[in-house]
Amino acid sequence: MTIHKGRGFACINYPIGMNLGGDPSQALVHSTPDGKFMVALSSIDLGQGMKSVTRQIASETLGVPVEDVYVDTADSDTGPHCMGSFASRGTHRVGNAVIRAAAEARKQMLDAAAEELEVNATDLETDGAGSIHVKGAPSRSITVADTAIAAQFKQGRTLSGRGIFLIPPSDVDGETGEMTPVTCFAHAALVVDLEVDDETGEVEVKEINSAYEVGRALNPKLVEQQLIGGAWMGVSHALYETTEPTYPERDHRPVDFNTYLMPGPAEVVPHNLAILERPAEDAPYGGKGPGEMCANPVLPAVANAVYNAVGVRCDRLPITPEKVLRGIRENGGARPQGTPS
Amino acid sequence: MSSVEFRKDLFADERDDNLKEIGKPTIRQDILGHVTGRTPFYDDHQFDGLLHMRAVRSPHHHAQIRGIDTSAAERMPGVRRVLTAKDVPNNLNTLLSLINFGRDDEPLCAHDKVRFMGETVAWVIADTERQARDAVAAVRVDYNVLPHVLDVEEALQPNAPVVNEVYPNNTFDYNGKYDHQKLRFGDVNKAFAEADHIVEAEYQMSPIEQAPIETCGAIAAPETNDRFVCYTNTQALFFSLGTTSKLLDIASSRLHFIGGTAGGGFGGKVDSIVEPTAVLGAMLTGRPVRFAWDREEEMQVGAPRGGERWRIKDGVMNDGRIIAREFTGFFDSGAYVRLSSYAIVKCTGHIPGPYTIPNVASNIYCVVTNRTPATAMRGFGITAADFAIECHMDRVAETVGMNPIELRILNAYRDGDMKAHRRPAKNTALIECCQVAAGKAAWPISADAAAQSSKVGGGVGERGVIPASVTDEDGKIGDRRAGRSEGTSPSRRGTGKVAAGTRVEAKTEAHMQDPDMALEADRIGHRMGSASTAPPAPAPAATPAPPAPAPVAATPSHPQPTAPVPPAPQVQPSAPVPTPPPAAPEPYQPEQPFQRGLNRPGTSRFTSGFRRR
Repeated sequence: MTIHKGRGFACINYPIGMNLGGDPSQALVHSTPDGKFMVALSSIDLGQGMKSVTRQIASETLGVPVEDVYVDTADSDTGPHCMGSFASRGTHRVGNAVIRAAAEARKQMLDAAAEELEVNATDLETDGAGSIHVKGAPSRSITVADTAIAAQFKQGRTLSGRGIFLIPPSDVDGETGEMTPVTCFAHAALVVDLEVDDETGEVEVKEINSAYEVGRALNPKLVEQQLIGGAWMGVSHALYETTEPTYPERDHRPVDFNTYLMPGPAEVVPHNLAILERPAEDAPYGGKGPGEMCANPVLPAVANAVYNAVGVRCDRLPITPEKVLRGIRENGGARPQGTPS
Repeated sequence: MSSVEFRKDLFADERDDNLKEIGKPTIRQDILGHVTGRTPFYDDHQFDGLLHMRAVRSPHHHAQIRGIDTSAAERMPGVRRVLTAKDVPNNLNTLLSLINFGRDDEPLCAHDKVRFMGETVAWVIADTERQARDAVAAVRVDYNVLPHVLDVEEALQPNAPVVNEVYPNNTFDYNGKYDHQKLRFGDVNKAFAEADHIVEAEYQMSPIEQAPIETCGAIAAPETNDRFVCYTNTQALFFSLGTTSKLLDIASSRLHFIGGTAGGGFGGKVDSIVEPTAVLGAMLTGRPVRFAWDREEEMQVGAPRGGERWRIKDGVMNDGRIIAREFTGFFDSGAYVRLSSYAIVKCTGHIPGPYTIPNVASNIYCVVTNRTPATAMRGFGITAADFAIECHMDRVAETVGMNPIELRILNAYRDGDMKAHRRPAKNTALIECCQVAAGKAAWPISADAAAQSSKVGGGVGERGVIPASVTDEDGKIGDRRAGRSEGTSPSRRGTGKVAAGTRVEAKTEAHMQDPDMALEADRIGHRMGSASTAPPAPAPAATPAPPAPAPVAATPSHPQPTAPVPPAPQVQPSAPVPTPPPAAPEPYQPEQPFQRGLNRPGTSRFTSGFRRR
């Protein structure tokens, strides 16, 4: 038996948001009596960090500390409409709606502060630490809390905002496929290094080196988690998972995690990430959604690396030991393709 | 060990890195609840007197329902009610009716026939889940088994069984005219004739389970004011609410949906089946009802990522330029279309991948088969196509004897290039990703490939224009079943022509409702687009005008990033940290640990819920 090393490459782009638009999201922002801000959404946090990202966006837009912002998802009585968390639309669509709602609330907040400080609202800026002050004169300031109290109990002003973001729905041409699918794309490229055992057909992914372009890493830790987890899922799709192992026949269908194969914690592949940020024009602070696309390049990169290792093209997923072994036998033995250059 | 680096040096001129909160690794507000088990999920809303609902499911791929005998089940202990299709007020829907796409093709509960193994034919509502399961086994269904079809291309044959009468050709109808979605850009057949090599292959994606830790489920209960509350783990709250409203023929204002925190989704929680089912149970019993899939249902009844079959044909020149690319794709939607029809249009807009290819054609079919319906999953409509495209790129590289990364950089799309769906590319970054990934892996690429840039050379000459395109009218609805359609690939004999440059006006975002909703121009965080008129905008704001090098195999004169790119320093939040440090919450210390479980029949002792009376 021989262990063959293989290396494969793939690169992709990914559309952000629902194809052809028509998928609005809304947000409402309001201040509590003492200047904390509540963001009401009906968007879903699936674990991807929807609540956290919208909280940071609201904080940045309002110009108040993130600790003073709370996000509420998702109650159909209190949260305005959102199409949902899918199609990599959360950050882009909901993020933009939150920016608008928070911008409007900020406008009210600066107007209220201006009245208290007896200056023009356009001369004010926020320090992001809980105060509003006159540009160039930090000592002439008022806290957000005092502003909120004055606005609501002295001036009769609400610090609140509404936001909606919609790419109007459009159509596709039946003859040419002409369309305006989405407004921005994320990108990725990666190299997979793996080993193939030519006696068992077993494939073990050893290392991934990647570059992901995400527009803007709104929260670098959440991006990192998405990318590491997504690559894990990509490896799993490439090598293990299917609900129908004999597709298109429906035999041997797995019904639990004993029969539905997935890699465990031991198979999380060492992954060296580079994150690139080319802001998209209409995205919140330029950020595109990294969540969906990050698994995609792994599948073909693994297939290409298996070919590089033993000379077997696995064009049907998943790349099981059986397929690899049959391919090797068909070729009369492993045919390593050598170090790519 | 893994590592992360932020390449702040790339595209730095298009980005403001002085934001206060954006770009910070702020810890999630909800994480403490998640890791201490205190976050309430839908299943934690355990009402007093909660009833449990289970489905009776088809054991056949395709069968006529001759009769259902529920009498034995109704007499079983604890059984409150057995429901069948006649109890569903409006038992026909399609998910995308909410955006007016497609025809209603799917019942919540089968009535005339079952179209896939596992389809719902009845439900039992009982006091405990055990009792419900036992009663499910006692429901007698008389089936007349019908011939079935499981393979997408067999389903297109004239003599294939009709799976779903709403789509009698076993295909979704596109644009009221064709049994597939077309893409036509340039003339692939002419280019194939001129190419040095033709590279063809077929790829197959098999169905994959989304596999969230928390399976799909909902708990519904009558509320006051003649309403129903529904706790759900849907990925799309109003999607599920709207679907429930339609299927149950109830005003949407009478539905109060609560969700927002789900234990994973990955696309598997948009289908809105558990919500109308649970609300129906609550409507008909007047009691709180829980309907949730077990793991087997999640894996075999819950919709997976669909199987997709792809054939790609490339026309390639000796120097590695791809001059034509043709796709024939088959999405296996299963018995009901759900979202597959939409994914095909999305995929059509994605073709031919992130490359600038002057001649592109594709035919993609949404095929109805006797299989568990497919639905969204991470990368919906794209993942399988990208698998095919990127495996194919390696085949092309091997055919022309070229470094696979250099081949991709050579063909990569750049700012200003015309895409096959007739819109110019912008904000591209494929080349930079290729260069950085190659550098990190120490995979050598040529100095020329390392010098390329997404911002340079795009849109020049032919790269920026829509070519005259050959069209055809193959594959009209019904032709295939009538034996009048031969192949499935884009036609070899064009019958029409669309003039060069033909396109309609692109849609952009809706008008800002109120100017107060706009972020100040100097606070948007980047310098992309015309909206930004920030004074210190250095370079051109919009698409940079390329210095017009020769088309395709261009060699821009000024070297940009070089091959093994030196690693940039790890990101450090640039702006000063806000003064008041976050009020660090006290570490979680439960007052009385291990006492939150419910000890009731039919309820797991490990349920971490609170009780509502």
